[in-house]
Amino acid sequence: MTAADLSGVEHDAAQRAAAHLVAGLPPAPAVWCSGLRKRYGRQQAVEDVSLEVGRGEIVGLLGPNGAGKTSVIKMLLGLVHPDEGEVMLLGQPAADPAARARVGYLPELFRYQPWLSAAEVLALHVRLSGIGVTAKEQRDCLTLVGLAERAGDRLVGFSKGMQQRLGLAVALVAGPELVVLDEPTSALDPLGRADVRDIVLALKARGVAVLLNSHLIGEVERVCDRVVILDRGRVAASGTLAELLGQRELHLQLSDFSPEAEARLAATGKVERAGDWFTLALPADDDGTAVPDLVRDLAALGARVHAVEPARISLEERLLGILREGAAARSGEAR
Amino acid sequence: MTTARTVLTIAALTLREASRRRVLLALAVLTAVLLALSGWGFSRLAVESGANTLTSGEARLTASILLNLVMFGFSLIAALGTAFLAGPTLSGETESGIALAVLARPIRRSAFLLGKWLGLVAFGSGFVVLAGLAQCLVVWATVGYWPPEPATALALLAAQTTVLLTLAVLLSTAISPMASGVVAVGLFGTTWVAGVVGGLGQSLGNDAVARVGTVSQILLPTDGLWRGAMHAFQDPALFTSFGADMAGFPFLSEAPLTAAYLAWAVLWVAMVWGLAAASFLRKDL
Repeated sequence: MTAADLSGVEHDAAQRAAAHLVAGLPPAPAVWCSGLRKRYGRQQAVEDVSLEVGRGEIVGLLGPNGAGKTSVIKMLLGLVHPDEGEVMLLGQPAADPAARARVGYLPELFRYQPWLSAAEVLALHVRLSGIGVTAKEQRDCLTLVGLAERAGDRLVGFSKGMQQRLGLAVALVAGPELVVLDEPTSALDPLGRADVRDIVLALKARGVAVLLNSHLIGEVERVCDRVVILDRGRVAASGTLAELLGQRELHLQLSDFSPEAEARLAATGKVERAGDWFTLALPADDDGTAVPDLVRDLAALGARVHAVEPARISLEERLLGILREGAAARSGEAR
Repeated sequence: MTTARTVLTIAALTLREASRRRVLLALAVLTAVLLALSGWGFSRLAVESGANTLTSGEARLTASILLNLVMFGFSLIAALGTAFLAGPTLSGETESGIALAVLARPIRRSAFLLGKWLGLVAFGSGFVVLAGLAQCLVVWATVGYWPPEPATALALLAAQTTVLLTLAVLLSTAISPMASGVVAVGLFGTTWVAGVVGGLGQSLGNDAVARVGTVSQILLPTDGLWRGAMHAFQDPALFTSFGADMAGFPFLSEAPLTAAYLAWAVLWVAMVWGLAAASFLRKDL
């Protein structure tokens, strides 16, 4: 053996060791982006957005109109070029189109070639994805979204809802590991919305990651593991539903209410009063003693306690709270 | 997925769009009408020359002029057809959102653009070659005239169509579908008129006027290629027998194309396509 042979063997061994090491690592997240920025003319649409969607995780993207949700999604998919920032899809840099081989996408503006039939649109996308999908699997995909009967019909006669269902089939057809759904139910009736919910949950069960942008907070709350809230191009809040909604509230109906009792309430958390009803935000680190202690102290301070009702904050209330806080902070800065 | 497969898939899709959107049918009807009309005209010409009112040289001259005139009609149809097809198929798709789902697939934008362009080239060139060949056969059947270099002539017609649709593709990456069609056809017409003006300048010996034609033929090679095609369609003995009388006539061409001009036309197409690709790659959808 020559020295060159020996160094070749060492090189192979090092490569195998490295491959072994990499194989042992958990798979890279389905989506990872950092520091995304985008400006359209004088409008800063996206300002420093970083987010992550783990494998098999369902992440909801929430925020008011113009918050930059669709811009962020388009930057992830290479449809819009970020001014700054990095994107990785399924462990590959998104600058390489091959990173999108296992990515399905339903755009907010869903339009497909009107001169093709539903089955032809699916076949086209399968060809472009470069992934082998049998004709039967393509038919099954149309059946899943409820278009089996219309497979051979040209799209010219399709309603908006049917086109959106087809868009869903296009996003699902090529064996995706990540599905990006931008307002997937905007044109669907309640039955269609329930179908989409079932499809998303089925994807989760199969370990497919989903990034879901939706105005329907109830939809997001039901299916998502984590939520990212965008406001004016920035991430206003993010976390699991438990983290975001972890804060609990207490509704109290009180009479004979003294200033001392009021101070006792305020010491526990933020208080809002409407007549003799008080809404109290409970501390996040409550170990279960806050409520009984409070009721005991209020009674001792002479307040008459008529009702004590625990309440959970809905995602909608939390979202509105975050957005209002942001607006208040901005107007405070302006002053 | 390999780039070649993307290109071919998109090219086939573009051809399918042209046929499904009835562009093919419209062109076929127009072509049939033009062929029938010219067939009738040429048969009248055959009757006239049969009655010995025209010399054989005059008959060949008339056949050449008429053939060039009808071919101009075909190249105009091809120009309008491809220019107005290029707009909707590219900027129309990006405007309507059809391109969003397609370009989110693992494909390069340059491959997508090349596929579109290739489909349009196949469609436009296929049309002018088939229609032109049919016209040559009509002329041969009615007056017995066969052009000296039909293959060259038809290839140059196809090249002219390619030049114009490459321009339309560039325009449609930057402006709206309707505007890109209008601008491309407008420029095509302007260059043709400038070519005619230049030809007149040449026959009058006015260099400044002649230069108008030359400059426009450099800026947009449609007219230069068209003149080359005409030269290959017409009877080569025309200018020796009729000479200066026919100089500057818009439907006859005095000289064949130079290799340098052909090379420039190829370079022009490559450069304009490159610009279109650069503009399309940078576009935010």
